[in-house]
Amino acid sequence: MRQINTEEITDTIEKICIDANYNLGEDLITSLRNALDKEESPLGKEVIKQLLENAEIGKNEQVPVCQDTGYAVVFVEIGQNVMIEGQSLQEAINEGIRRGYKNGYLRKSIVRSPLDRVNTGDNTPAVIHTDIVPGDKLKITFIAKGGGCENMSRTAMLTPAQGRNGVINFVVETVKTAGANPCPPIIVGVGLGGTFEYASLLSKKAILRSVGSHNKDSNIAHLEDELLEKINKLGIGPQGFGGRITALAVHIETYPCHIASLPVAVNIECHSHRPKSVVI
Amino acid sequence: MTEYINLKTPLSDSDVEKLEAGDKVRISGILYTARDAAHKRLMEIIESGKDLPFDLKGQLIYYVGPSPAKPGQVIGSAGPTTSYRMDTYTPAFIKMGLKGTIGKGNRSQEVIEAMKEYKAVYLAAVGGTAALIAKTIRKVRIIAFEDLGPEAIRELEVYNFPAIVVNDTKGNDLYNIGSDKYKIPS
Repeated sequence: MRQINTEEITDTIEKICIDANYNLGEDLITSLRNALDKEESPLGKEVIKQLLENAEIGKNEQVPVCQDTGYAVVFVEIGQNVMIEGQSLQEAINEGIRRGYKNGYLRKSIVRSPLDRVNTGDNTPAVIHTDIVPGDKLKITFIAKGGGCENMSRTAMLTPAQGRNGVINFVVETVKTAGANPCPPIIVGVGLGGTFEYASLLSKKAILRSVGSHNKDSNIAHLEDELLEKINKLGIGPQGFGGRITALAVHIETYPCHIASLPVAVNIECHSHRPKSVVI
Repeated sequence: MTEYINLKTPLSDSDVEKLEAGDKVRISGILYTARDAAHKRLMEIIESGKDLPFDLKGQLIYYVGPSPAKPGQVIGSAGPTTSYRMDTYTPAFIKMGLKGTIGKGNRSQEVIEAMKEYKAVYLAAVGGTAALIAKTIRKVRIIAFEDLGPEAIRELEVYNFPAIVVNDTKGNDLYNIGSDKYKIPS
């Protein structure tokens, strides 16, 4: 058994939540540069240039690229040969978020209850997903998930008869309905299969893949390309001002499903895509 | 495409009537921040017949909840939030003399009609360019609802704040114009 102390987990979380909010990933920057080349709308090009300039300011001045520094969503893959010692894993993660959001001057955007809506003041609690995996390592992935794009996400329980075309229609319609709201150019995460709740989780995991990467299954990879092409024909464009680039990428993750079901979830991610992973 | 229209707040009817969907503007003067929770409270004050923390006449409301200022900064990052969540409240504010709102994303038909009837505009700032926009903010003062934290109402003094006209006083909508131009029927 390999022992990992929760202090190390707290320190890691504090560091990566600040890092994610200040420094956009190279995969995203490359994708935005490619989008700048492909965009035909002058206003769309201007928007993408501003996004790249904004990313530079974030990195050079070490400030948040977006004022919505997100809901802290944390995925932990725990090797089954790891023993976590110290406090509870949940508390260790929340303490890291608490410190990171305070010391990194990040916005506190969480209310304690959906109805009384009093701000918790420290951006906790995080939404935490744990997976037990083979090995003796612990992988932490943080994503700062903005509220505006999360609000445009949808889940549907389609029938098997609706099939591939049904999936295409639902995904494209979700993006069309979202319009200018979620800060296009967006990344579209699609969870296909599983159950009602599992499809949603898959759609979020799909977002975490390197921007523009493909599913290993060639049929699914083909569907990703087809969806991206259809979405970019909508004409919504950067910020919804009209243009060729409405989405930077479509990522699909799948899971087996019930003979009666075809669950599909669409998690929309804004261009301020802020994931960070660390392996301990 | 590169010409900017300079706007100085407060705005008159004729200032906003000159604007057309797609125009790029640079705003200088005062902006008031308000988002979800502040809108709810402002509406409660209006319904109770009391005075608002600021006079809406001729003003612009910017939908933003800034991140905290780092030492030496005037304000943290300060880009727009999605506007439709304020649609319930906006027509009432426009009737009271508000000349415009700044945010991102589509507005309801009710808001668009109110803008036509009472002469107001809806402007978009580029969502996610929060570090860039913050550089146009010169002074910040919390004027109401400090307990709301990022959602408190702030008076911002801005210089050349960049925005683009989405809905003008004639009912035009840049989002429709833009997507119609680039849509490819399949």
